[in-house]
Amino acid sequence: MDKIDRELLEKVAQLHKVPAGAFNIRKNGQAQMRQSTKEIEIVPKSSKSGIDIIIKKGVKNKSVHIPVIITLGGFKDLVYNDFYIGDDCDITIIAGCGIHNKTCQDSQHDGIHTFHVGKNSKVRYVEKHYGQGDGSGEKILNPITRVYMKENSQMDFESLQIGGVSSTIRKTYAKLKENCVLNIKENILTTETQYAKTYFKVKLMGKNSKCEVVSHSVAKDDSVQEFVSDVIGESECFAHVECDGILLDRARIVSTPKIDAINKNASLVHEAAIGKIAGEQLIKLMSLGLDQDQAEQVIIKGFLEN
Amino acid sequence: MLKIKNLNYSVEENSMKKDILKDINLTFEDNKLYVITGHNGSGKSTLLKIIMGIVQKSSGQIVLDGEDISNLSITERGRKGICYAFQQPVTFKGLKVKDLLDIAAGQNHNLSQMCDILSKVGLCAKDYINRFLDDKLSGGELKRIELAQALARGGKLNMFDEPEAGIDLWSFENLTSLFDNLKGGITIVVSHQKRILEIADEIILLSDGQVVMQGSGKKMLSLLDDKSCGRLRGN
Ligand SMILES: Nc1ncnc2c1ncn2[C@@H]1O[C@H](COP(=O)(O)OP(=O)(O)OP(=O)(O)O)[C@@H](O)[C@H]1O
Ligand SMILES: [Mg+2]
Repeated sequence: MDKIDRELLEKVAQLHKVPAGAFNIRKNGQAQMRQSTKEIEIVPKSSKSGIDIIIKKGVKNKSVHIPVIITLGGFKDLVYNDFYIGDDCDITIIAGCGIHNKTCQDSQHDGIHTFHVGKNSKVRYVEKHYGQGDGSGEKILNPITRVYMKENSQMDFESLQIGGVSSTIRKTYAKLKENCVLNIKENILTTETQYAKTYFKVKLMGKNSKCEVVSHSVAKDDSVQEFVSDVIGESECFAHVECDGILLDRARIVSTPKIDAINKNASLVHEAAIGKIAGEQLIKLMSLGLDQDQAEQVIIKGFLEN
Repeated sequence: MLKIKNLNYSVEENSMKKDILKDINLTFEDNKLYVITGHNGSGKSTLLKIIMGIVQKSSGQIVLDGEDISNLSITERGRKGICYAFQQPVTFKGLKVKDLLDIAAGQNHNLSQMCDILSKVGLCAKDYINRFLDDKLSGGELKRIELAQALARGGKLNMFDEPEAGIDLWSFENLTSLFDNLKGGITIVVSHQKRILEIADEIILLSDGQVVMQGSGKKMLSLLDDKSCGRLRGN
């Protein structure tokens, strides 16, 4: 593992050393290092590229790291990862992909992740995307996440794009049974001519199921972002989708909400606010001694990190 | 010392000139607490915003310690020690109370310093420093944090725009002692509250964009009896 590998792993998974517990590190389409534990088993798929992550019933306070890094130009990686999370678990899964591309050919990673979340289980899933390298080759990431939640389960999904990704289409599909809670937090930064599209489709099937989506995005330069959400309330349920975007320079953000309360007791809300940084926020910070650039940076940093 | 000389501010409204501040001349001395009062819409906030540089004067001069600051930016005035606690506190998405206090002070505080500052405005640091400064905080909480920022900043010209708004009666004692303790620089408070008027060294009465009366706190208070004070509150 060289300096660039370590840099990417640090960026996308905060890994400074080999993690404790179960992990799988994939580099340029190959498993680089893998470790299972008594409670969490990681098994390579035989029919296609990818792994099964099997978490036994009742596993609590454990984490799994499955970062992917790509350091080759002109490389396209497609991987299927399936998570089988038993009942009564409480676990953290750190995924994420970092691409270093200094060539003129495109590099791409498409991660297809499927989660089967057991009854009463709680999962925190963090997926961080990052690109670097100054070649003209694009850094492309097109993840698909499917979430199937059994009764009383909770998933907290943090999806972060911290910069350098040329183009991304991120699709998330979720189905929630009774008393399930799905919290999605998405923070995206695009610059230059980058393009980012997010698509969520959430079906609230069970009574008392709940979904909260908070998207904070910042678009700079000539970048373009699209946010599409499609929430379907099939029972007495609750959903709140909030899409907040800050525009700088000539950037654009388009937000398309769709909410469909099939059951009349479904309470579904979509809020979207897109625009430049509020003038009064800048004024407040400038009155405390920051110049305009510093004030903008403080506001953007806070907005994207929280 | 702060001197306001021949200050005017007018805006265009429906292609008509509307005068909002008319020929204001005022002198504010160090070590004193000034309270500006007057009807709703009399121009109090506008005056403070012009001193901070948020609103641009139409004509006149603002001189701080001998230097004409009226063409300086907000940032430059902030760096000279001018601080304005907003009538309507600004909220953010993703910034914490701690972040604002650190920015105000230009340094990172430790917990005990945060405690010092926040306890002066009646808040317990450990409950608040990690809260986001967003609209989930109540109006009174936001107002107190706005005050705390000015304390953290420790400037030489502190302006507070209706600091008592939304602050419960029980906390009034602390609020007044807070201004008492700010002595050193110049403190300017916009207020309609008798209890704040009572601690003023000087009271300035604005009406329709003009200074109509000013004088020592005692003298002015006897002129502005309870009844007219009620009228000044705009109700
Ligand atoms: N940009 C503007 N355009 C038009 N009118 C303005 C503008 N700014 C201020 N005003 C008017 O100037 C007057 C003074 O406003 P200001 O906010 O200073 O009043 P105030 O004394 O602080 O009132 P309050 O006690 O309600 O806070 C008001 O009538 C207001 O509507
Ligand atoms: Mg006002």
